[in-house]
Amino acid sequence: MGDAVITDGLGKRFGRKQALDGFDLAVPEGTVCGLLGPNGAGKTTAVRVLATLLRADAGRAEVAGHDVAREPARVRRNIGLTGQQATVDDILTGRENLIMWGRLFHLSPRAAARRADELLEQFGLTEAANRRAKLYSGGMRRRLDIASSLVLAPRVFFLDEPTTGLDPRNRGEVWNALRGLVAGGTTVLLTTQYLDEADQLADQIVVLDGGRKVAEGSPSQLKSEIGGDRIDVTLRNAADLPAAAALLARVTGAEAEVDEPMRRVSAPVRDRVAALTGVVVALDGHGLVAEDIGVRRPTLDEVFLRLTGHSAGPAGSLSETKIEVPV
Amino acid sequence: MTTLAAAPPKSAGSLRWVLSDSWTVARRDLVHWVRNPTVIFSGLAFPIMFVMLYGYVFGSAMVVPGGGDYREFLMPGMFAQSMMFGAAATISVVAADRARGVTERFRSMPMAQSAVVIGRSTADMVNSLLELAVLVGCGLLVGWSANTGFLPTLAAVGLLLLLRFAMIWVGIFLGLIVSPEAAGATWALLFPLTMISNTFVSPSQMPTWLGTVAEWNPLSATVAATRQLFGNAVPELVGESWAAQNALLLAVAWPVLIVAVFLPLAVRRYNSVSR
Repeated sequence: MGDAVITDGLGKRFGRKQALDGFDLAVPEGTVCGLLGPNGAGKTTAVRVLATLLRADAGRAEVAGHDVAREPARVRRNIGLTGQQATVDDILTGRENLIMWGRLFHLSPRAAARRADELLEQFGLTEAANRRAKLYSGGMRRRLDIASSLVLAPRVFFLDEPTTGLDPRNRGEVWNALRGLVAGGTTVLLTTQYLDEADQLADQIVVLDGGRKVAEGSPSQLKSEIGGDRIDVTLRNAADLPAAAALLARVTGAEAEVDEPMRRVSAPVRDRVAALTGVVVALDGHGLVAEDIGVRRPTLDEVFLRLTGHSAGPAGSLSETKIEVPV
Repeated sequence: MTTLAAAPPKSAGSLRWVLSDSWTVARRDLVHWVRNPTVIFSGLAFPIMFVMLYGYVFGSAMVVPGGGDYREFLMPGMFAQSMMFGAAATISVVAADRARGVTERFRSMPMAQSAVVIGRSTADMVNSLLELAVLVGCGLLVGWSANTGFLPTLAAVGLLLLLRFAMIWVGIFLGLIVSPEAAGATWALLFPLTMISNTFVSPSQMPTWLGTVAEWNPLSATVAATRQLFGNAVPELVGESWAAQNALLLAVAWPVLIVAVFLPLAVRRYNSVSR
């Protein structure tokens, strides 16, 4: 078992912007690698270079054992790609979509039809098979899109932000479809802005910033490195902030951060449930009134702040990259 | 999950796959057309409306120099104009495919890459053939006819389709550059291009400078040549300029030149397309 995807010092410049800057990556065969980063970190550029859609200015890359620059046709035969937008043909039915892609993958008409039915079944689209894709929900379109990339069961599958713009239920559907795929042994490289998505699906997470790798590891390694979950307590009276901060520090064993304008104190936690009950009891015991208490994953912005020392992006994009996980 | 072996290596470029993939793409484009009533309407009803508007509204006030029926004069112009306007349809579908990422998906597939543009042009040619048939029927109804026999008529139809074929490559190239919103505006550009020609009036009736531009317009060459071939030309109408005297030659040369310029441009653009 070797590496299905290797990049070595990959560089790509668009005008003044250095989209990739000496990007190194190795994804072992049969694993899922999550490329995590904010908008503009270079995730999509990396995927496009690997999928032979874009030529790098520097460095080299191999996919499924073939150099992307020298043997693009061989690479294309071994990959599937699902971009940020669902590229389904709205006017064709789901089944017609899959048959068309099958024909373009050079299956015989009969084999293309059979494969289409298998994929519809696998992605739970059998009932909607003969409806035009225009009438599909966001999650169904995504699944059809992914199925379209899997007609030939590619060795390496690239997914560029597969769930961006989907509601939680549709995201869950797509995640389930991807888990089934990974169980079949396909190597997957997915880009995402969502920490929880990488956490759910990836064996290995690579964090990108400014076109280079800033951190790498399994989800649990990375989470322990960045402090894992956090507890937030919003108080009714700002005057209680110092007392609450001290209390929080005692329960969690870590230093608490105070956000005065929001009347909020927060601290990293290891055991979500123990921390939550501990804090509730302690607050109650000291007569401090909380308006809201919650345990949440660190936002991508917090992860970035910790890994790179700067925030994930301009203030405007923070709301987009923020991850709120209901407790 | 069933695993299918990848297609045999080196197959993507072979002629068989070029034809097969082109057909797959063309069929998709035709299905789009069939299932989209607005496109059918603008493709077929629009030219008919034009014939009615120009033939009867303007036609009532038009005097053909040297005599002759205006609608007979007009019809070859309508045929050629609708071939020219075909570029707008090509631009908008190509731009829409690109915006939706369909073009990108084609590019990441191990298919014959030339099939994407060949399929597109095949589908567009089929559409144009239908459009032309509708227009010819319409022309026959308003009193136009081809007066010269089978071979010249066939040659005239050939010249019209040649112009359409050339405009497909202009359309693909521009469609890969502009946004779908801008594609809708290409009408505004095509319109004067079709008006400053011999389609509706003879360039000899225009101011001299404008008449010269009109005579050298590629569209005029096709219109003049088809008028000759259909036997709708009035001798007094053929201008004195070299362009007007050699309309048949130019009706072949212009489209060939347009293809020679825009086909490589379109292919190059396709190979570097990004969303």
